[in-house]
This record gives sequence, structure tokens and C-alpha cells, in this order.
Amino acid sequence: MTTETNKAVTFTPERVSKAQEIIARYPEGKQKSALLPLLHLLQEQEGWTSPEGMDYVARMLDIQPIEVYEVASFYTMYHLNPVGKHVIEYCRTGPCCLMGGEDVYAHLKQRLGIDTGQTTVDGRFTLKEVECLAACGMGPVFQIREKYYMHLTNERVDEIIDELSK
Amino acid sequence: MATKILTEHINVPGIETFDVYRKQGGYTAVEKAIKTMTPEAIVEEVKKAGVRGRGGAGFPMGMKWSFLAKPEGVPRYLVCNADESEPGTFKDHYLMKNLPHLLIEGMIISSFALGANKSFIYVRGELMYVIHILEKAIAEATAKGFLGKNILGSGYDLELIVQPGGGAYICGEETALLESLEGKRGNPRNKPPFPAVKGLYQSPTVVNNVESIATTAWIVNNGGDAYAAVGIGRSTGTKLISASGHINKPGVYEIELGVPVEDFIYADEWCGGIRPGHKFKALVAGGSSVPILPAHLALTLANGEKRLMSYESLSDGGFATGTMLGSGGFILFDETSCIVRNTWNFSRFYHHESCGQCSPCREGTGWMEKVLHRIEHGHGHQQDIDLLVDVAKKIEGNTICPLGDAAAWPVASAIRHFRDEFQWHIDHPTEATQPGAVYRGEMALV
Repeated sequence: MTTETNKAVTFTPERVSKAQEIIARYPEGKQKSALLPLLHLLQEQEGWTSPEGMDYVARMLDIQPIEVYEVASFYTMYHLNPVGKHVIEYCRTGPCCLMGGEDVYAHLKQRLGIDTGQTTVDGRFTLKEVECLAACGMGPVFQIREKYYMHLTNERVDEIIDELSK
Repeated sequence: MATKILTEHINVPGIETFDVYRKQGGYTAVEKAIKTMTPEAIVEEVKKAGVRGRGGAGFPMGMKWSFLAKPEGVPRYLVCNADESEPGTFKDHYLMKNLPHLLIEGMIISSFALGANKSFIYVRGELMYVIHILEKAIAEATAKGFLGKNILGSGYDLELIVQPGGGAYICGEETALLESLEGKRGNPRNKPPFPAVKGLYQSPTVVNNVESIATTAWIVNNGGDAYAAVGIGRSTGTKLISASGHINKPGVYEIELGVPVEDFIYADEWCGGIRPGHKFKALVAGGSSVPILPAHLALTLANGEKRLMSYESLSDGGFATGTMLGSGGFILFDETSCIVRNTWNFSRFYHHESCGQCSPCREGTGWMEKVLHRIEHGHGHQQDIDLLVDVAKKIEGNTICPLGDAAAWPVASAIRHFRDEFQWHIDHPTEATQPGAVYRGEMALV
């Protein structure tokens, strides 16, 4: 885990009340159940799951920091290193590949000039591969934040990158 | 007109809103259940319906419900498994996105039947937009008095919570899902004790798939017997099939169980046939974890009869000549598909997704992936095929959860039916690594 800064992380007032609302959903003493939702909240605010942010979440839930680290590192959706403005998560699994995914992703990498796991020099795009996005009939597919981009072709990829580069 | 139990109103504009859903007869099952039926009577109807778990295991839902321990003074929980992460399977995604209220109606009925006052829908985190759709629908249902305190004046309270996952296939396994819901790594638990006795927070818990829970509204409205009258034999009712791969019309289809596989693949009403100019080579019928079948075995049983879309017919002949209905994730391959490359792709998936708790799975999935990688990339050894079979055997049945089996079956079945393709890759290392290279020797195409 790399630490970019040592600045203390705290949620914005809106996120503090959202976090409290989430924690209150679970039975007394079971507040650790809020961990995954809170990590999503942290990443939404910070762009990544920073060590300082995880420490903050640990304090908020009254659990040990290691309990947060071991969970964050288990799930693929938490970025444990800083990422670019747009994180492109492409599905590399069977059905998407059957529909030409491998060629489309090769084009995507070439277009961005980076390989999987890397970020463009201008900090705009990070490329990650994911295992199945549950959109197999609409492959090849990738996801940027909450949006699914489906039936991808090289041309469509170019359009999307052009649009997001503006 | 084929019976549509889940998707009859799916194309009605605005069906994702409470008002439109209600206008189409939505929430009448909740009213009937809560006002006129006892929890035991609902469980009885679900048992009569014979619904089998639609997540893949196919275990009878009513029976699972009846196992739920009911100690005094201990809360009981219903958890909906909406983690859907199996390659080839995307029907729960489709159902929740389009018909959020159908799932919520099912959750209310099921929670009432099981005596749960707090229920969870655990959705894979990738589907954050679906999570927002569900949250909005829950807020609507709460405002209309169908959720929350004293539902419809009955005295029954239910809080429904949508829990986002963090992106891990293993969290679709029910005990791993419960661990994840408790804020831990998704490591499957040893069974027994089963969740019905010690589940979420060590309390009695039922975990059901999205599609299974969604059936309860129809069952309450029409009766278990009416549900059981649809389908074939012990494969009662309808099933959502996610169809992908080399077909003309990929998508999600609701079929009555018992339809011939051949009709499902070729009829215009469903997949519309293999893409033009190509032939049918192989089928994965129940999501990536089930054994792959060559075209002729996918369409017909060993005795020559047509294979049907049912739990029994698809598994006819065991793994020698059959497969499983599983989650209903149909992936179709035409003759341009390289079985070795696909098997390697699936193997990579299972290696990546193994939670690492059991050594046979943690190590074995990695070995299989490495050996398949080297065969596919032109560095295979003569003994590699037997090595793969051996490793697959050593994983199967030797792990806490079924992920080990799920990783072993695609490899073992691909070698069982397409051994000559693996051999060709080993014998022709240079040709096999050319882009688009596919072995065309002994293939039986349809």
C-alpha cells in the first residue's frame, strides 16, 4: 500500500450523517456490518481507499485498523492506490471475450497508451480488469463509476475516450 | 401463450415505479399474504409449488424455509443473494433493474412467512446503479405502508436493507455472503451449522436467490399447485435464462421449464439460432462453473431423445454426457471458438476469485491456470492433459465450499469432450498461437 499524503481524512458533513444512518441499520453491537458501505463512501469521496481514510473508518466503527485493511484488500472494488479521474473497469471474462472483447481491450490499451493497472500520465484514466460484470449478453462491456458501456467496438471506445477527454 | 410468472409486465413503461407496478396488480400478494394467510400457510404454498433454488444449487426453497430454527427471543433473518457474479449469468441484474418492486414484494412475503423483521438484499457492488433503483423502490413502498412499522395495519414490522458488496465472486456462496455482510472477508464457513440454525449474527437465517424470492408473489396470488402445474416433473415453474455468446439474440428469457434445448437455441422467440454463417459447437448451460457440452450432447440425450431445459434432463447421464441447469447462464460457442483458450479464461477467473482459504482450491486453481496458459501459448508438455485431469480431481470435493468444484468441472469436462483440441495445441505449438487459431479436426458441429 502506498501512501500519497499523510493528511487526515474526515467525511464531509453530508457523508457523516449518511455514515451514521448506515451504521444505525444494523443491530446493536453489529456495526462492523457497515464496513463495506462505508468503504464505498470513503472511495466516493477520496477517489481511492487511502490508509488514512481506512483508519478514520476504523475509528468510526470502533474496530481495529487491521480489520479494515484485511477487508479492503480482499475485495476488488476498493482502489488501494491512487487512481486517475476515470477508472475504466473492463470485463475480461469468457462471454465478453467471445464477443471480441480481447481485440477491443487491446485497442483501448493502445489508445490510452497504458496497460492494465496503470494510469495515464495526465492522470485522466486508470485501466483495471474485472471478472464478469453480469452483462454477458451485451459484451464486450466496461464500467466507469456507475455507468455500464455495452456492445463495445473500437469505434465506440474511441468515442467514449474522446468524450471523457474533453 | 407461454406462462410468464416473473416478466409478464416487464415491458410496461414505468414498471420500476410503485404506481405503475401497483396498477399492474403489484403488491396484491402482500395484501393477501399479510391479511388472510398465516406464515405457515405461505410456507406450505411455496413447498407445494416446488420452486428450486434459482441461484444454481436447485435446492427446494420450501424445504430450505422449513429447516429454519425458531428459538424464542432470537431474531431470524432473510437475506437475498443478489451477488450474481458467475460468468454467463445476468438475469438477476435484469430482474432487479427492471422490476425492483417484484423483488421487494417477494422479500416482504418471504420475510413475513419466515418471521423476519429485518431483511437484507446483498447486491454485488458493481451494480451500484441497481442499488440506487432498489433503494428508491424501498422508499416508495415504505411511504405507501408496505414496508416499515405495522405493515397494512397488521402489526407486522419489516425493515429492508440493501447492502452493497465489494466485488468478489465468492460472496455468492451463502456463508461467504453472510461473512461479508458482517463486515469481514468473504471466506465461506464450514457447514454444519447451516445458516438455518446459525447464520447472520449467529441467528437462524435463510439465504435465497433474487429469482427464487421473486416467484413468491405469483405463488401467493395463484397458489402453489398452479405454479407446480407449469414446467415439467420436479422442475416446476419458469426459469430466467441468460443467453450469451454466438447467437443472434443474446438476452434474458423467461421459459417454462421443459422446453427443448434445441427450440430455445433456434426458435425466433428465444435465441434465434447461431449467428449467420456459423455452426453450433459447444454449450455451457448453467454459468461458467458447470460442465461444457459439445453441440450434439447439448441437444440430445445419450438415447437420442431431445434434451430439455430442466434440472433433470440437462444433468441426464451425469457428467459423462450431461451438465447442470445451474443458474441458467447459457453461453453458446460457434466453430470459431477455441475451447482451450476459453477453458484457460474460465480457469483464470476461478484462480482470481478463490478466497484462498482451502489449499486444494487456492493452489490447484493456480496450477490449472498456469498449465492451461502454457498449453494455449504454445509451451504445453505431453503430460499436461493428464496433469490437468489429476489436479482437477484433487480439487473437486476437497474444499469447504463449492468453488473448488466450480473451478474443476469446466477443466475436466473440456478435456473429457475436447481432448483432441488440447492435444493439437501441444502438438502444434506454433500454429496454435496464431490469432484466431482453432482446431478443426474431430469437431461435431450442428
